[in-house]
Amino acid sequence: MINIISNLAVPLMIVSIVAFGLIKRDNVYDSFVQGAKLGLHSTVQISAPLVGLMVAISMFRASGALEILSRVLSPLTNLLQMPSEVLPLALLRPVSGSGSIAIVNDIFKNYGPDSIPGKIASVMMGSTETTFYTVAVYFGAVGIKKVRHTLKAALIADFTGMVLAVLVVNMLLAPQ
Amino acid sequence: MLNFIWGGMVIISFIVAALNGRIDALTASALEGAASGIETCIGLLGTMCLWTGLAKIAENSGLNQIFAKLLRPFTKLLFPRLDKNSAALKAIVLNMVANLLGMGNAATPLGICAMRELDKENKHRGTASYEMCMFAVLNTASIQLIPSTVISLRQMYGSQNPSEIVFPIWICSSLAVIMGVTAAKFFEKYGRNRL
Repeated sequence: MINIISNLAVPLMIVSIVAFGLIKRDNVYDSFVQGAKLGLHSTVQISAPLVGLMVAISMFRASGALEILSRVLSPLTNLLQMPSEVLPLALLRPVSGSGSIAIVNDIFKNYGPDSIPGKIASVMMGSTETTFYTVAVYFGAVGIKKVRHTLKAALIADFTGMVLAVLVVNMLLAPQ
Repeated sequence: MLNFIWGGMVIISFIVAALNGRIDALTASALEGAASGIETCIGLLGTMCLWTGLAKIAENSGLNQIFAKLLRPFTKLLFPRLDKNSAALKAIVLNMVANLLGMGNAATPLGICAMRELDKENKHRGTASYEMCMFAVLNTASIQLIPSTVISLRQMYGSQNPSEIVFPIWICSSLAVIMGVTAAKFFEKYGRNRL
């Protein structure tokens, strides 16, 4: 059932957007091409940060520093029943978007996207956001210094997403 | 912040590698990391264009307006003091739709525009109003319908079923949003930083 919903989501979304455009007599192909150009631009934009971050993460793992970090923080990960492999993602996710893409990449490369850490990383990545960046950009734009409880509430949301990612993957996507 | 994280990671890696006698592995890993950064971008390029293309169709055909109407009950609950015809609420709703459709590029300018409008009605200069806090919390939670980046990364690494994480992501992100919104409401009423 869950699989059916998950697998239908993407094709259904594509078909309904295109069908709606046709019904509204929009030139769907032109619109698509026009929009796709934006995607090109934004991917090129993240390429340089991604190279930098992948280098750092790759070095961090190869040097053995990642193992040490995981071991130091193992009481915390054990408490949350979080595999230590996804811990770096949980730490970096609120800070950097391209950094978290880099870590998800690293996890997929080392454990595979269908491993338990790979699935948890996928769900974690999809259900949380780069909190600090968003808050900085939005409040910075209007010159607000006192953000009051924004960060606290936002981090509670992130924490919820991360803990749930572990729970939900273990409940729904763990191999039977 | 990333300045120190990134710099720190590189320096720490060097020190730890030296202590572990893994300096030679460090060279390979740095080069490999750089290559895989670009490989990832190329892998993501197609999917990214697919979604921004579809999002543009949704925008041009007016599908966004329909989404906006569907969001009305939620915005009423979250921003009870905003007038439904106000420029602020319109920008907020469009920002939410852009986020739902995964249009990160469009969402940020709309969000900043919404913040400016909210700031006009803000009675305390330099301090975030209730609406501003709530809106920022909404944007720090992920409310994307199709997590396209994750799906295409999974595909790149040969997942048997790249999209099986969609439904679990919906569960986790909606509960996370509910938690964040509830926390924002709670702190507004009982927190230390009340206005």
